[in-house]
Amino acid sequence: MTKIIVDGSEVDVPAEYTLLQACEAAGAEVPRFCFHERLSIAGNCRMCLVEVKGGPPKPAASCAMAVRDLRPGPNGEAPQVFTNTPMVKKAREGVMEFLLINHPLDCPICDQGGECDLQDQAMGFGLDSSRYAENKRAVEDKYIGPLVKTSMNRCIHCTRCVRFTAEVAGTGDMGAIGRGEDMEITTYLETAMTSELQGNVADLCPVGALLPKPQNFKARPWEMQKTESVDVMDALGSAIRVDTRGREVMRILPRVNDAVNEEWISDKTRQIVDGLRTQRLDRPYLRENGKLRPASWQEAFAAIAAKVKATSPAKIGAIVGDLAAVEEIYALKTLMQKLGTSNVDCRQDGAKLDPKFGRGSYLFNATIAGIEEADSILIVGANPRKEAPVLNARIRKRWLRGGLKISVIGERADLTYVYDYQGAGPESLANLVEYPPQAGEKPMIIVGQGALARPDGAAILAMAAKYAQAVGAVKDGWNGFCVLHTAAARVGGLDLGFVPGEGGLDAAAMANGGVDVLFNLGADEIDIKPGAFVIYQGSHGDRGAHRADVILPGAAYTEKFGTYVNTEGRVQMGARAAFPPGDAREDWAILRALSDVLGQRLPFDSFAALRKALYGEYPHFARIEQIAPGATLNVTATGNAGKEAFASTITDFYMTNPIARASSVMAECSALARGRMQQAAE
Amino acid sequence: MTVRRLAEQQPDSFEFTPENRAWCDAQISKYPLGRQASAVIPLLWKAQAQNNYWLPQKAIEKVADMLAMPYIRVLEIATFYSMFNLEPVGRHFVQLCGTTPCALRGANDIKAVLEKRIGEQRHVSADGKFAWLEVECLGACCNAPMVQINDDYFEDLTPELMEKLLDDLAAGRPVKTGSQIGRIGSEPEPGKSDTLTDATLYDGSVVGSWKTRFDEARVAEKLAAEKAAAEKAAAEAANKS
Repeated sequence: MTKIIVDGSEVDVPAEYTLLQACEAAGAEVPRFCFHERLSIAGNCRMCLVEVKGGPPKPAASCAMAVRDLRPGPNGEAPQVFTNTPMVKKAREGVMEFLLINHPLDCPICDQGGECDLQDQAMGFGLDSSRYAENKRAVEDKYIGPLVKTSMNRCIHCTRCVRFTAEVAGTGDMGAIGRGEDMEITTYLETAMTSELQGNVADLCPVGALLPKPQNFKARPWEMQKTESVDVMDALGSAIRVDTRGREVMRILPRVNDAVNEEWISDKTRQIVDGLRTQRLDRPYLRENGKLRPASWQEAFAAIAAKVKATSPAKIGAIVGDLAAVEEIYALKTLMQKLGTSNVDCRQDGAKLDPKFGRGSYLFNATIAGIEEADSILIVGANPRKEAPVLNARIRKRWLRGGLKISVIGERADLTYVYDYQGAGPESLANLVEYPPQAGEKPMIIVGQGALARPDGAAILAMAAKYAQAVGAVKDGWNGFCVLHTAAARVGGLDLGFVPGEGGLDAAAMANGGVDVLFNLGADEIDIKPGAFVIYQGSHGDRGAHRADVILPGAAYTEKFGTYVNTEGRVQMGARAAFPPGDAREDWAILRALSDVLGQRLPFDSFAALRKALYGEYPHFARIEQIAPGATLNVTATGNAGKEAFASTITDFYMTNPIARASSVMAECSALARGRMQQAAE
Repeated sequence: MTVRRLAEQQPDSFEFTPENRAWCDAQISKYPLGRQASAVIPLLWKAQAQNNYWLPQKAIEKVADMLAMPYIRVLEIATFYSMFNLEPVGRHFVQLCGTTPCALRGANDIKAVLEKRIGEQRHVSADGKFAWLEVECLGACCNAPMVQINDDYFEDLTPELMEKLLDDLAAGRPVKTGSQIGRIGSEPEPGKSDTLTDATLYDGSVVGSWKTRFDEARVAEKLAAEKAAAEKAAAEAANKS
């Protein structure tokens, strides 16, 4: 730690801190454009100038000078930095004037207006008027993809977007061509960006040069209601902020959560917004003579009650989909218990994970932040870039720091970092189990659903556990056995034990005609064979609804309060930002009302009562933002592993759930990605 | 400076010749593992030399593939340095130095010749043989004015010599590189071999004349100060009495 005096007050900061960070530690505000905590230092905007005593008699860029670079005074006094002297004020005014020389005065028609760094800092640190009478430079707008709109006249060349795509996203999509006054930010020959995190460049842009294209000219920041929530597009549970105007969700932005998503979110998380409006189920439907017709809640419930009463409990079953919150899974589980059936499953993809192996067997035990401590990573049957892009960025961040050995068994995909390819199928894993490599102090194994959602999944899980033991990944203070989930509801469902009980049928058996009445809570990725009477409860008219005999319209994740458990077992709360459309209701309330009609009334009359009952039975759900550590691995192998190569369960990143499939923006991204894949194949 | 873009007419492919490929591999092998991208400028330079002194899109992509760099990184470099030509420049690409020493020695007259013979800057002449560009200092100020044509310098030019040079190049006749008036390196001009024996160099009238001026000024200052002190003393004496 080094002492430094900022504006007369002494602070003690690490020597590797930049002056800007030291000034912030001392509580002094330093304006900046190019500096960003999670990107490399560029030092090209010059907005963060400060005065340094004992240094050269000129302002110093505080973002690019380290505390250790400062000289002490002649008698060993701590170095002094000033952020409020006339010299600093004048320097900031000068820099701001230069920045505004070529910046258009179109704030009234700019979507960034109201949340623009340049606007705010021009007010705070700039002069009141311009002395520049010459022509401003004009730059052609560029096409850089379907998610980000450009208005390049406004660009101040901070290069945050260039550094983001090069460092965090790892695709190197953007760059600065030309030089001097002719410098322009663009992608290679104006092709679309290829990253799954590209939407973040619009957040990073401190001016209105890069803006989210789907939200173009739709709303002003000050007219939107902001609700803090969590994302359900993948199993990461990224922290998001849902902005609504009236009843409508206008946009989704990331929140900072260093434990999970830092401050990035994937494009699917950000831009499924239009999917929340289209294809919505806004009233109950009933199938009559092979056709669905709108019905009232009473009619729908009566039809279900008649069917359930005529069916023996062993022929009733329930499947939970990927987007359900813990509360409704709990309500459904309680209802199924009351009906006396053990045919329940929350694993529509057929993953061979089971709470009976212990909680440690289905969690990302090392935690997402723990990736940064790992010495080696073995990825089995997963494509983290598609299954959890933000987590992939975390692996890349660790890889960039050096000293990380990454191996992959499964698909040979472009993961944005270099890895050692070990093979395609289970025999490669078996080989590693037999001859465990030197994997360092903190080895990690990431098992994807591609390795588990197959008939021999249990054997592969056992093999992965054996590997983890063999390389010392599970020990005191470190548990490197990690399961990467793709569904937001999965860990919550497994925590609740929403899996077939004694003699119960699993999802595949139920879908293949094992039951006569099937309750489908938002499971759209499973093909249900004709025959069974299917009750679909969900938010979107997708695969599940097409197959349904009764449709109960539920709420999407932005329209209900709910608890979600992410892949590392972290319990997080989602909040209601808008109301469900039409007759749609919150899912737990639908189940509660239905239970009454079925004569099996659930023992909670309010959401608070439901949570109380839930917390009584499963106390770890009450510990928000925390992870109840998984018990030690106890996987018993059943059967032998096959020979088939692992393949990621996600073939199209942009189309993994009903909300995304309803979004036209996602459809456009998907088409572009397909085109790129075909081009690469040629 | 103007905005630089890739040429509209592009060849369909680009491939290094076997010799150039070997040369490129040698360049790449100079850098440690993981730092191969450092070879990007030599490779682009070679690609340009192989392709009539301009860089097509396919060459940029080829170099990027060879060095495992994203295409945009190589495009950034190709557009940053004005020495990489992104459009065809004819058989002989003339770069005229227009910086102060050359301008003082008559670069503007050379420029007039180029404008007359080739036409506007950045445009290939009708016969496809020439294009020209005014550039900043090429570092041959002693032998100003000068032009660079492809890889070679042509120095000590006059409008007549420039005309002749262009004629010879157009006709495919051999030309002399370097000084066009027979100087070797930057030795004195022919007929001025007495440069170092010139007496005025040593008497302080030319070299070091500032020192003479400085000394004179100091003497004058001293005299003025003495005069002022004497006057002051005289005035004080008058006041006392």
